[in-house]
Amino acid sequence: MGESKLDLLQGTLDLMVLQTLAAMGAQHGYGIARRIEQASGDEVLLNQGTIYASLVRLQQRGWIDAEWGTSDNNRKAKFYSITGSGRDQLAKDAAYWQRLSGVMGRVLAMSEEGGI
Amino acid sequence: MGALRRALSRLLSFFRKPPLDAELEAEIAAHIEMATEENIRRGLTPLEARRQAIVRFGGVETAKYKHREARGIMTLDILLLDLRYTLRTLSRDRGFTLVAILILALGIGANIAVFSVVNTILLRPLPFQDANRLMWIAPPPTKCGLSCATYSTDAYDEFRMYSRTFQDVTGYFAFSGPGNLSLNRGGAPIPATSIDVIANFFQLLGVEPAMGRVFRPEDALNGAAPVILISDAWWKTQFNADPDIVSKAFDMNGRQTTVIGVLPRSFDFGAVFSPGAKIDAITPLNLYGPPRGWGNIITMIGRVKPGVTLAQAQGDAEAAAPHMCWNNNVPKSCGSYAVHNGEGGVVPVPLKDYVSGRLRRSLVVLWSAVGTILLIACVNLSNLLLARAASRSKEFAMRGALGASRFRIVRQLLTESMVLSISGAVLGLGLAWILVSWFAHQGAIALPLLSTLRIDGAALAWTLLIAVSAAVLFGLVPGLRMAGGSLHESLKDSGLGSGQSRKHDRIRSILVVSEVALACVLLVGAGLLLRSFLHVLDVDLGFQPERAAAVKVEYDDSVPGDKDGTLSAQKRGAIFQEVIARVSAIPGVEAAGFTDYLPLGQNRAWGMPWPKGIKAPDKSPGSPLVYVVSPGYLRAMGTGIRGRDFTWDDGPKSQNVVMIDKGLAHYLAGLANWPNGDAIGHMLDTGGDGSRIVGIVDDVHEESTEEETGWQIYYPNTQANPTGAELVIRTTLPPATLAGNVLRTVRDLNPKQPAADFKPIQTLVNHANSSRQFFMLLVAAFATLGILLAALGIYGVISYSVTQRTQEIGIRMALGATMAQVQRSVLIKTLRLASIGIAAGAVASLLASRAIAALLFNTAPSDPATFAAMVLLIGTVALLAGYVPARRASRINPMVALRNN
Repeated sequence: MGESKLDLLQGTLDLMVLQTLAAMGAQHGYGIARRIEQASGDEVLLNQGTIYASLVRLQQRGWIDAEWGTSDNNRKAKFYSITGSGRDQLAKDAAYWQRLSGVMGRVLAMSEEGGI
Repeated sequence: MGALRRALSRLLSFFRKPPLDAELEAEIAAHIEMATEENIRRGLTPLEARRQAIVRFGGVETAKYKHREARGIMTLDILLLDLRYTLRTLSRDRGFTLVAILILALGIGANIAVFSVVNTILLRPLPFQDANRLMWIAPPPTKCGLSCATYSTDAYDEFRMYSRTFQDVTGYFAFSGPGNLSLNRGGAPIPATSIDVIANFFQLLGVEPAMGRVFRPEDALNGAAPVILISDAWWKTQFNADPDIVSKAFDMNGRQTTVIGVLPRSFDFGAVFSPGAKIDAITPLNLYGPPRGWGNIITMIGRVKPGVTLAQAQGDAEAAAPHMCWNNNVPKSCGSYAVHNGEGGVVPVPLKDYVSGRLRRSLVVLWSAVGTILLIACVNLSNLLLARAASRSKEFAMRGALGASRFRIVRQLLTESMVLSISGAVLGLGLAWILVSWFAHQGAIALPLLSTLRIDGAALAWTLLIAVSAAVLFGLVPGLRMAGGSLHESLKDSGLGSGQSRKHDRIRSILVVSEVALACVLLVGAGLLLRSFLHVLDVDLGFQPERAAAVKVEYDDSVPGDKDGTLSAQKRGAIFQEVIARVSAIPGVEAAGFTDYLPLGQNRAWGMPWPKGIKAPDKSPGSPLVYVVSPGYLRAMGTGIRGRDFTWDDGPKSQNVVMIDKGLAHYLAGLANWPNGDAIGHMLDTGGDGSRIVGIVDDVHEESTEEETGWQIYYPNTQANPTGAELVIRTTLPPATLAGNVLRTVRDLNPKQPAADFKPIQTLVNHANSSRQFFMLLVAAFATLGILLAALGIYGVISYSVTQRTQEIGIRMALGATMAQVQRSVLIKTLRLASIGIAAGAVASLLASRAIAALLFNTAPSDPATFAAMVLLIGTVALLAGYVPARRASRINPMVALRNN
């Protein structure tokens, strides 16, 4: 673990949450947090607690819904699921990120070749 | 749409904080439980599993905070916190809180009250429909009073016909005097005041009756049954608010008159058109009845069509003027209303300007004065807060050390000032309400619309605005100062004699100096207005109001078959002579006489009486006001006569005689080149054989106490027809003590005499001076408040510096300083502050007093006496304010002072 973990960029957590919910269906906060950690290969520095601020934000925008339910091992938990407008937003944001990362990749590659 | 929903859900979540917090709590608990379980499954001990779960979760409190931040409005949460904290600190420091709220309540209360006055008189539209389209149509003011400000019925008709920009024109009879209506319900007749208006008056103003109907054209025709509209106030006081009053008939002026409606409460004729007068009822004016031949009697009010500008209306009126005849049967009089040699004319001005335009300057001054009070109050509060802040600096340093940002601390302090300010505003609103209700019932003050005064929505909005700006104003300086201090400085600062408190001291001194300067400006303004008022009281009015009183007397001089009025004049003379004889016999009555108009009230003119055989000059100088009086009237008024007074021998059959005032005599003598410039004995062309001038009378202030006097001419009431009869008596006792006796005597002679008011002449003068007095008293009250606040400020600063220097003073005294020396040093510090403030204030006053120069009367804006009095007064007050702490300083016990701290 010599390398330090990645700090999350502003706004990326919301996108990750949306993607997680779109991929996995209804899920509780802990589940989402674990899923993001696993998907990132434990490279993201995620204070799991911060996920709840993101969840309330997405809920207020109407992109996700929340409902109390029971987890696999019979524990009461709040389950979040993505809404129709949430999926639209996800598609939009995902496209944006892909474009951005593509551009970043190209730019960075160029600077390495033509570098000093 | 989304943004709106988000904002709404955020706001909602603020109010649902406890359930939302509980939900989050449960969610976090579940999260940690699940993480713990998973860790246990991975083989950790339960304790380690839980520890790891919590570590991975991150700070629980941080997560909650971020959650709240995301879901709600953090500002509101913080506000709640700050409020709770503020209430705690303020209730701990009760003395400070009370003083602060009281100062603010006075400052803000005075501001609300004055704003309400300004709003009512100046800002709010008149209480009529589309009031901005209403015009007052009159020539510019001239010497000859109401007669030159009114039009004849013929002229009214022509104007209505020829003007193009006016939707309609109405008017009212300008010469109705108080007590012109006598209501007879058995017992002594009850005097009331009614105004005759043209039938379309209410339609034009857009006033709907509260009950019944308004006039119709047929109410004002020859032979129409008499009808009357009564005011809301009269309906309540005289008719016990009878809900079935409409269509009931009463004996008014001897005729059965039907009440056709009750006017709404919002309509007060007096408040708009004759400030200070109480108008009980409105009657229709028959344009085609007797008033036809009466000359100029109508004041015109018009409503322009929508979209017509003032310039268009004025151009239109100018074009219509040549068509207007004083009397259609006198062709020569056609066009006499147009502008001649720059005088006269038919000029529409917005009705609002006519009603309140001349008060604009006074009101602005009043508004500035009361604004200054608020400024002084704010400075004072700033000072108090600074003193408090100094003792709280460690508290804030501590909060800073614990991570509070500067912004957060300023915010906390601003919340405190806001709480003070709002509390002050609430209390001030109460004060203002009392003041405003009191003003609204001051019927004797000749200010328009005063009776409609109330605290309305605009005043409430204004309250909020000044409360918030005041809070920012007085909270910001101490707030920035507090938050700006460096941490260690404050924590190290022992509070005594160190750098930080020195800096505080300097700011506080600057604040006090500015407070004193502002108080100076107010005081000088009040002083100048007071001196002006005293000068107005000193004006030689041409009559002596003290110990004189008037009462309206009814008489019946009609003689059947009297062709030329001679018989009725004789009858009138006999009645008046009898009344005067009987009233003069009452012990304490020195003189008595009749007039038809009293000075400072209504008036009229009959045109210029030129000297016989002299051709009138092209440029008319205006014409004298006419008074029809009995022998003894001028003596009763205390007006001096050269030559002789009228006598009862000046009857309808003897030679016509007149008296004129000095000014007119001087003008006529110059015009006719009379020997020695003496007018007595010369003949004037007053129609018929003319009249001989028998007396020259002192110039009388007949229209206002302040402006220059115009001209007057007096006719004997046995040779000219008076409009009514005011009996004036001069007494050796206070007039009021004779009221019963005089009224009884008059009633004995004429059982139809109504229970008329017994009016001391002084009240006429007071009424004329009432608006000046009103402004003067208010500004003086504000100046007093200003001085008190300034004194409080000085006291606060000096007292604080004495407390701070207790040790130093103790050492000095231990080293041999005497009590007197200590006292002197404190007083010198006080005087230094005061004199800088006074010097700055004097300069500011010089500038400010120029701005009010137009409101002054016979008083220079730089009146040295006023300035000297101001310096003396503020100096004395400052010394008194400094003396208390100085005394305390000199009583310091060196041993105690040195042992403490």
